[in-house]
Amino acid sequence: MKVGLFIPCYVDQFYPQVAIATLQLLEKFGCTVEFPLNQTCCGQPMANAGFAYLTKGCDNNFIKNFTGYEYIVCPSGSCVLHVKEHLHGDNEPASAAVRNNVYELTEFLTDVLKVETINASFPHRVGMHTSCHGQRMLHLSSMSEKVEKPFSKAEQLLSHVKGLELLKTKRVDECCGFGGTFCVTEEAVSVSMGQDRVDEHLDNNIEYIVGGDMSCLMHLEGILKRKKSSVKVKHIAEILNAQ
Amino acid sequence: MNKTIEEHSKAASVFLEDAERAKWHDETLWFVRAKRDKAAHTLPEWEGLREAASKIKEHTLSKLDDYLLEFEAKAQANGITVHWADDAEEHNKIITHIIKKHNAKSVVKSKSMLTEECQLNHYLRDRNISVVDTDLGEYIVQLREEQPSHIVLPAIHLKKEDVSDTFYKHLQTEKGNKDEVYLTRAARTVLRNKFITADVAITGVNFAIAETGGIVICTNEGNADLGVHANKVHIACMGFEKIIPKAEHLSVFLRLLARSATGQPITTYSSHFHRPKEGQEMHIVIVNNGRTAQLGREEFRSSLKCIRCAACFNTCPVYRRSGGHSYHNSVAGPIGSILAPNLDMRKNADLPFASTLCGSCTNVCPVKINIHEQLWSWRQILMKEGYGGAAKKASMQAMAAVFSNSTVFKMSGKMGRKFMSWIPGLVNNKFNPWYKQRDMPEPPKESFNEWYRKNRKA
Repeated sequence: MKVGLFIPCYVDQFYPQVAIATLQLLEKFGCTVEFPLNQTCCGQPMANAGFAYLTKGCDNNFIKNFTGYEYIVCPSGSCVLHVKEHLHGDNEPASAAVRNNVYELTEFLTDVLKVETINASFPHRVGMHTSCHGQRMLHLSSMSEKVEKPFSKAEQLLSHVKGLELLKTKRVDECCGFGGTFCVTEEAVSVSMGQDRVDEHLDNNIEYIVGGDMSCLMHLEGILKRKKSSVKVKHIAEILNAQ
Repeated sequence: MNKTIEEHSKAASVFLEDAERAKWHDETLWFVRAKRDKAAHTLPEWEGLREAASKIKEHTLSKLDDYLLEFEAKAQANGITVHWADDAEEHNKIITHIIKKHNAKSVVKSKSMLTEECQLNHYLRDRNISVVDTDLGEYIVQLREEQPSHIVLPAIHLKKEDVSDTFYKHLQTEKGNKDEVYLTRAARTVLRNKFITADVAITGVNFAIAETGGIVICTNEGNADLGVHANKVHIACMGFEKIIPKAEHLSVFLRLLARSATGQPITTYSSHFHRPKEGQEMHIVIVNNGRTAQLGREEFRSSLKCIRCAACFNTCPVYRRSGGHSYHNSVAGPIGSILAPNLDMRKNADLPFASTLCGSCTNVCPVKINIHEQLWSWRQILMKEGYGGAAKKASMQAMAAVFSNSTVFKMSGKMGRKFMSWIPGLVNNKFNPWYKQRDMPEPPKESFNEWYRKNRKA
């Protein structure tokens, strides 16, 4: 199966190891993965700040890079959501095709590849961070607000990882406060939210926080580092790819 | 009220300076959210009820003119006088006129966010009419000359100690006595007397039923009933979106309202008023005040489905950590942030940005308003209209230019990372809001794109 790999701009620049893990993981499951070299950003930072009307150039570049792929896979629920909901280049049929073909990594693994076994090992105490856009808008897991059957695509995958002990926080799915430009425009609230998430994880005496979006994890990592905590953040792709 | 308006982010940072109080505020409201979850989970049909409520409201909004006229005709036939007010000023004038007609001097009022929206208390006070808010929380904030910080729990920003100080100052209670029973009794003694000696009772409206011409008011304290039954004149004020077509629809809304608001199965009092009792006058004031504008904005129309339960407040991690007053609007929280720009874009341009767009609000909402999507849409309108300022627009244009061109992107990324590792002080300084309380990520030697070209494209 041929896959176009969509790597969020900040992952490309700051967390290349997450992109490498995603690439290797998809290859392990038999995909032929191509990384279109001229991709930049999905346009979400501008759009969420209220400037969707400035993203045309960005959208066109995205469409140019990903047209022709039946499966476009990305290790970020948030960026995938943006593409699905707001990608509108000059060519509408081409935009629609890209919007329809984009998948978040864990949903691609569980729903398209229907992965049932994973050969991975990560013998650590790990805290689960559920990112909002993946959860509440892409329905990658059930949410505490709704009366629905509990499920989680990420947890389903992590259950295969040898030695991994997954721990949840008291408020299982409260937002970490990253929120794109919110993290700087509402700095005080953003940090307060992040600190509360981190504190609940630390109460569980964990070694790592795992999540599906590096943006949330970057924010939590910034707080952990400032606290001089030894707890590290890991993207789920890194854990599923760990031997 | 007349204070200069501070932007939400600034007010929020001030709110968070008292870390202990902020934590208490967050935990108290989270407790209410958790109670709501528990109550919702007792009903397996919960999601079906939300869907039904949403559909009834959508239908009603699509035929609002018909239902409002049906309501007016039925209410008039029941002996109620119906008034129409196009804006806050007209609403206040109508009420003042009724009060003056009866030579009334003293008014008791049960909870009505509409009268807060119209700033009725100030209007009446300026005309020498005394008005007392009889909901305990509202009474407390009224004594302190504050606005409610929450539409269901108006004094939730205050602790027992604050109430004790307020009552000591205004009701001469014992200094430092913060026993809640003692304080409540003190307020009750004063309020009972007000109920009996007032001339006019003002109430809000939770639901107005087109089919019957009656209204329903939900309270936990019974203060609406006390006011109405003890007085010769009852004035009920409602935004026009309070209408529902049939009495049977109450079975949907009453099951959702209190569970969503506080986790109670139902409010202690769900009082139905269909006609004035003998010797009493009953008036209903139906208010527009910008609602037709919102009805005309397709993207935001469904905000008028709101039944004012405040579930979106309690679940909102931003609201819980910034307090209601930081929203500088009579309705705070996520719903307030999508209602307020309709009333005044310039004044409220900051509010749609007081959210991480986490979407929890949309999913607790008992009438399924897509609040987070409307927050996003307001952002687009506000920035297009220029409420973001020139600097913000310029920085976004620069960002858009970088992301439109992969060569520029790769170069800027590389340079940025190099600068970060050479001179960390460039980003790790007090002018960078990220760095104030968080470390920056460690810049890697190469981007993924560079790695891929080396390792996979060689």
